[in-house]
Amino acid sequence: MTVTAPGHQKLTMAQTLNRALRDAMTADPAVVVFGEDVGALGGVFRITDGLTAEFGEDRCFDTPLAESGIVGVAVGMAMNGLRPVVEMQFDAFAYPAFEQIVSHVAKMRNRTRGRVALPMVIRVPYAGGIGGVEHHCDSSEAYYAHTPGLHVVAPANPADAYGLLRAAIASDDPVVFLEPKKLYWSKEEVELGAPVPGIGTAVVRREGTDATLIAYGPAVPVALEAAEVAAAEGRSLQVVDLRSIVPFDDETVCAAVRRTGRAVVVAEASGFASVSSEIVARVTERCFHALAAPIRRVTGFDIPYPPPKLEHFQLPGVDRVLDAVDDLQWEDR
Amino acid sequence: MTGDAHHLLPSAEPVTLIDCHGRPVASTAYAAPDAAALVRAFAALVTARRLNDQAYALVRQGRLAVYPSSHGQEACQVAAAQVLAEGDWLFPTYRDTIAAVNRGVDPVEALSLLKGDWHCGYDPYEHHVAPHTTPLATQLPHAVGVAHAARLRGEPTVVMALCGDGGTSEGDFHEALNFAAVLRAPVVFLVQNNEYAISVPLARQTAAPSLAYKGIGYGVPGERVDGNDAAALLAVLGAAVERARAGGGPQLIEAHTYRMQAHTNADDASRYRRDSEVAAWVERDPLTRLEAHLRKRDLLDDARLAELTAEAERVATHLRDGLNRDVTPDPAMLFDHVYARPTPQLAEQAALVADELEREGALR
Ligand SMILES: Cc1ncc(C[n+]2csc(CCOP(=O)(O)OP(=O)(O)O)c2C)c(N)n1
Ligand SMILES: [Mg+2]
Repeated sequence: MTVTAPGHQKLTMAQTLNRALRDAMTADPAVVVFGEDVGALGGVFRITDGLTAEFGEDRCFDTPLAESGIVGVAVGMAMNGLRPVVEMQFDAFAYPAFEQIVSHVAKMRNRTRGRVALPMVIRVPYAGGIGGVEHHCDSSEAYYAHTPGLHVVAPANPADAYGLLRAAIASDDPVVFLEPKKLYWSKEEVELGAPVPGIGTAVVRREGTDATLIAYGPAVPVALEAAEVAAAEGRSLQVVDLRSIVPFDDETVCAAVRRTGRAVVVAEASGFASVSSEIVARVTERCFHALAAPIRRVTGFDIPYPPPKLEHFQLPGVDRVLDAVDDLQWEDR
Repeated sequence: MTGDAHHLLPSAEPVTLIDCHGRPVASTAYAAPDAAALVRAFAALVTARRLNDQAYALVRQGRLAVYPSSHGQEACQVAAAQVLAEGDWLFPTYRDTIAAVNRGVDPVEALSLLKGDWHCGYDPYEHHVAPHTTPLATQLPHAVGVAHAARLRGEPTVVMALCGDGGTSEGDFHEALNFAAVLRAPVVFLVQNNEYAISVPLARQTAAPSLAYKGIGYGVPGERVDGNDAAALLAVLGAAVERARAGGGPQLIEAHTYRMQAHTNADDASRYRRDSEVAAWVERDPLTRLEAHLRKRDLLDDARLAELTAEAERVATHLRDGLNRDVTPDPAMLFDHVYARPTPQLAEQAALVADELEREGALR
């Protein structure tokens, strides 16, 4: 898939997401957008800015405040020929929709032996780092990733945000689309004519030879910064950005780990029973003999997300990542 | 917003057009359905009862895991299907197999879920019947979505969304009503109040005077109907369907009926209700009531009844034969429809099962 308007521009992730919605709605009249405050306001993060004005009330509309209803109605619309893209206002406010997501969104294709597909996208502004009060900063990816039938993606830069959202809307499977809130305003040179990544492909963001950092979503910039600092200190770190949590790109990740023989997983979510633990398990199962040290993890603590004044303790930072790298048994103990 | 909620109120008593002895009951609000509609409904009722009893027997013979019977509720099942036009959708619960069958779903395919072959045995698009839904009330927002999508395209589709009395306590019931009202979605919500949610009686479910009141707060008009009177159900549901089709928005209908048997065969109803309570409902049976009515009007005689019974027997035989046929579901199916294309991980897992099967085969 390629984008219609080529050329380089400096855009934020919020802008490229908005662009992706607009381009998808232009390309396919079946695409409809709805949720809380997505109409006149353009969403609390302005991701749907201008869509109602451009496409009309039928294509982008505000709904009653009821997340289960939003997702449940989207299921019916997807059953009946449309491609709904719904917005959950914040990560923790998607929980009322959990039953619909787990029991119907994820299972409909399977229950009906492929007869009823649900091409729908659930957009979730997620994770912390924005000084948000409680219930506004959850990293909820493990709940979705654990549920067979869902695709789960998390872009880490404006260009991928565009490409992954276009791919998600074009997908015939339901996609939980996690948007790292703290990256909404990150600006980047974006080539709008470039081919976009498919769902399920990880990418090596930075080449390196000594150890591999594996990250996704909000943790990717942290990993990149850590690699930058490490380089100054004489250690060469490779950085893999998963982009897709489900499907998981074992090939790219394992190849990257094999090249360095050491790895650290960086993730913002609590570590227990998490995507990060899954990554460690998968890589260990596949690359045991290539590993010179056990894979380390730098994750959030196993605590409810802390209040703004303490959140920096919870977020994986460059120092913790570098400490973990230091700990990769560079010499025999 | 208008302050007058009067038009939202259901009738004080459930609408009845035929009494327990088959005599017509005068109604100012609803005209009786024509003779052809009643005769058609009766034929469907005879088959419905026979299928319920056949399915029940198949559980005892071990051919079905369990069967939530609509025995006693057949008038609701038949009418909910009969009032719909081609292209309209039905959203059934686990108890609404008969309604699905009355929309054209093969009873064998409809019971695939309970036979254990696969979850949904039929193609939902073939007859516009959604898969049976077990998580209570969760199908109701889907019904609204299907209706809204149709409305956006200017199609005349109406959606009949079924749930039980217990289901009205679930959040999705309320969210669906509210969405339907705000979107003016053409949905008819039919609650079959059969007085129990497994063991829990209606009084523990709600303090509302009627379940039909539950739409009022959302601006959804309510109506109450005798759930064992096929004529009243056809009239009330038919009017709601036509109103929705004409752009009048959703309606909530409470049909008062009774679950004559236990929740499922796995349930022991003697732990929570008396036989005398059940016996009192026998004389309100939807079949005998409509039969008496049709006989009084010379729309039915013994010969015609014998024909209908034979037809019902034919359908029951089809069900029996279908369920007695052992099919071994293909294990490859486990992985085929999780996603449009299997993920690399699922492809690996499918290969693992294929390998297990091959080794098993080699041993044999
Ligand atoms: C969300 C959910 N909770 C609990 C159950 C277990 N359950 C199955 S049927 C039932 C009773 C439902 O009663 P009602 O809605 O009145 O329908 P009926 O069985 O009487 O037709 C319960 C509690 C369920 N299926 N879904
Ligand atoms: Mg009940």
